[in-house]
Amino acid sequence: MSQADLTMGGRPAGLTAGPAFSVPAKKMAMWLFIIADTATFAACLVAYGFIRNATPNWPRPFHSITNVAIMTFILVTSSLTMLIGVRAARAGDKAGALRWTFITAAAGILFALLHVREWLALIAEGMTLFKNPWGTGLFGSAFFSITGLHLTHVTGGVIALIVVGIRYKGSRYNADDLEILGLYWHFVDMVWMFVVPLVYLLNLAH
Amino acid sequence: MHDMSHTVHHHAPPTSFIRKHIFSLDHKVIGKQYYGLALVAVLVGMVLSWIMRIHLGWTNYAIPGLHLLSSNGAPGNVMTPEYYLQLMTMHATIMVFFVLTTAPFAAFGNYFLPIQVGAEDMPFPHFNMMSFWVTFVAFLVLVASFFVGDGPTLGGWTQYAPLSAVGAVGGPGEGMGVVLWAASIAIFCVGQLLGSLNFITTTLDMRTRGMSLWRLPLSAWAWFITSCMGLTAFAVLMPACILLILDHVAGTSFFVPSNLVINDQLQPHSGGSTLLWQHLFWFFGHPEVYIAIVPGMGIVSHVLITNMRKPMLSHRVMVYSMGALAVLSYMVYGHHMFVSGMNPVSSLAFSFPTLIITIPSTIIVLIWLGSLYGAKLRINTASLFALGFVSMFISGGVSGFFLAQPSIDIMLHATYFVVGHFHMVMGVAAMFGIFAGTYFWFPKIFGRMMNETLGKVHFWLSFVGTYCIFMPFHYLGMAGNVRRYQAFVIEYMQPLIPVHRFITVAALVTGAAQFIFLYNLIHSRFWGKPATDNPWQATSLEWSTPTTPPPHNNFGDKLPVVYHDPYQYGVESSTGDYLMQASPEQVKTAYDEA
Ligand code: HEM
Ligand SMILES: [Cu+2]
Repeated sequence: MSQADLTMGGRPAGLTAGPAFSVPAKKMAMWLFIIADTATFAACLVAYGFIRNATPNWPRPFHSITNVAIMTFILVTSSLTMLIGVRAARAGDKAGALRWTFITAAAGILFALLHVREWLALIAEGMTLFKNPWGTGLFGSAFFSITGLHLTHVTGGVIALIVVGIRYKGSRYNADDLEILGLYWHFVDMVWMFVVPLVYLLNLAH
Repeated sequence: MHDMSHTVHHHAPPTSFIRKHIFSLDHKVIGKQYYGLALVAVLVGMVLSWIMRIHLGWTNYAIPGLHLLSSNGAPGNVMTPEYYLQLMTMHATIMVFFVLTTAPFAAFGNYFLPIQVGAEDMPFPHFNMMSFWVTFVAFLVLVASFFVGDGPTLGGWTQYAPLSAVGAVGGPGEGMGVVLWAASIAIFCVGQLLGSLNFITTTLDMRTRGMSLWRLPLSAWAWFITSCMGLTAFAVLMPACILLILDHVAGTSFFVPSNLVINDQLQPHSGGSTLLWQHLFWFFGHPEVYIAIVPGMGIVSHVLITNMRKPMLSHRVMVYSMGALAVLSYMVYGHHMFVSGMNPVSSLAFSFPTLIITIPSTIIVLIWLGSLYGAKLRINTASLFALGFVSMFISGGVSGFFLAQPSIDIMLHATYFVVGHFHMVMGVAAMFGIFAGTYFWFPKIFGRMMNETLGKVHFWLSFVGTYCIFMPFHYLGMAGNVRRYQAFVIEYMQPLIPVHRFITVAALVTGAAQFIFLYNLIHSRFWGKPATDNPWQATSLEWSTPTTPPPHNNFGDKLPVVYHDPYQYGVESSTGDYLMQASPEQVKTAYDEA
């Protein structure tokens, strides 16, 4: 049904048309999820800042930013590929949309693998959720819970990209759905932009 | 434009028993399920409060059968000091989360929000169904803690760290009990997040033709505003609870400081912050008290308007004030922490918005009073409970002004004064909102009227009874009676014991009066006088459904079209002194605001 169908007809004067903001329910739900999820991440990051401030001699174990820079690059690029995919879908280029969606998923997987590799290296150095060789055990608690929460989001996003991609191919989902998923993916990217300075850069060894 | 998927939303009525009554996708059934859950929860919570009250009045009195609940907690049927705290925690948690949040918001909101906006259902019925069942599981997890190990947690509904985070060494229930508590609340948050998502999309996207935002009834506005609060408040409480669980099961120390000695044992934790829990909790906690009360404000306004036969003095200011409450509620949470060792500058910074938030509350109250002034109010049980709500909200709110001053709060904090404040302004007021909603909407939900005589008896006993219970609390608090004590053995508190005994008797009587309500509810459900489609001559869309109770898709084949503001009373129309929102009739309106 089109907007025109909704507003036409013997409608008495003074009535408003259609849905208030013309945002379809699914898309609005995604925005609402993003708002709630922002609150969740904000709570975690504020909690981290709070205990970091309250703890003398907070450990700063990171020596290089190479790995995190590569990860960041991959994630930002994947936002771009997502954008291209959605744009292709909008233009009706189904094959292109599909290709870029899967490239995005692949970038997500790469990001996750690099992340897991980093985790394993830290664990090998003796860091766990509650102790580490450099100082207060809270460092590990904060690091693993915040990056873990983010990694969960990336993993969920990758699965969603693949599922939605396949269903888009089978025409069960359309360009709108791809766009909504894109919102989520950009959000995950944006959260990372807060995680990097707060969790990595602040904890670089001088 | 892209397709309006929300307008085509036909799901055929379910036929199987399971789909119809258990895993139902129908918002009306889900609303009733929420109501049923709240009813069970409120009975459990009330019995717990009786047990506590008896203990507070007559500390050594053996309550028959209490040892069956916990043989360690109540040897010889007399509860231990710890078990008192455990029961208190469960009372508060059950009441705040599973009654005051579920009934006015989730139960009535689910049933009536889609109908009041003129929709067939919510946009995400599966989420809606999950929202209820997730909440149900949360309730089971919480109740399960009665039966594991040494029972439920004793930390109070606020679960202050470090006690809540150190584990079993903290006392009975502080191990497994806290884990179950935190798990239950985290699960509960998921349920309410799903619900909020549906409520907001319903309000913004599912309104029928002609239903502009300003044409929403005040109850719909209240549910909408509440769901906006819920969306962010529960999203913060959830990670807080998960961090608390990690402190228990994963050995982290988010909330436990270094070098903490409990029961002569040095704790293995280091580095965490106890204040952090309070920040996270109250960032949720203060909005939560408004989540509990704002739906009541909406319901009560709706009921009052119908019975006054005229709209509120200002519909818009009412809506703006409820919105202001929602926004401000995030900025005042620190007033719960004046005495927690926060920087005094922060205390000042939180005191200011706390005094500001009294402005919208006061405006709302003044609108109620101003509108009631000179109104020919129809007296029925629903309108009586609405008046009771207003009365309780004023009486309980006044004490808030005192508590908002850090210098006064230093003395009153953690005394019965605070207990009196929040029981009146939140507990009883919200309960009266639930009652008003029940007596008002019962005919629509079940197609039968409730018994008015029993209803009025129920009202007067509840109204007088709750004042007898909670007014003296203020006096006790000013006399220095601290809260969360299980017995008053300290010398200066002993003269207060007769007051406690009076309160206990009042609580037992008032509680017993609630069985009149329960009887009325069940009896009317099956044998009540059949109700017409619009027994109160009301205007909003829930009274324009083709049948009563409404059919599966609410409005039959055709969604209604809305032509008027929500509260066209005091007009001259073909139906009488009111004009329904869905009636195309044009009359001269005295109060056309929108
Ligand atoms: C008139 C506006 C209000 C003001 C200025 C106000 C102020 C306060 C303050 C300062 C406290 C902290 C007292 C202390 O712990 O020492 C408090 C506690 C509380 N208030 Fe209010 N309040 C107001 C309205 C409300 C409303 C409308 C509700 C609920 C619907 C509410 C529910 C509570 C609860 C539940 C607590 C106690 C929490 C606890 O410690 O367990 N208040 N209030
Ligand atoms: Cu508060």
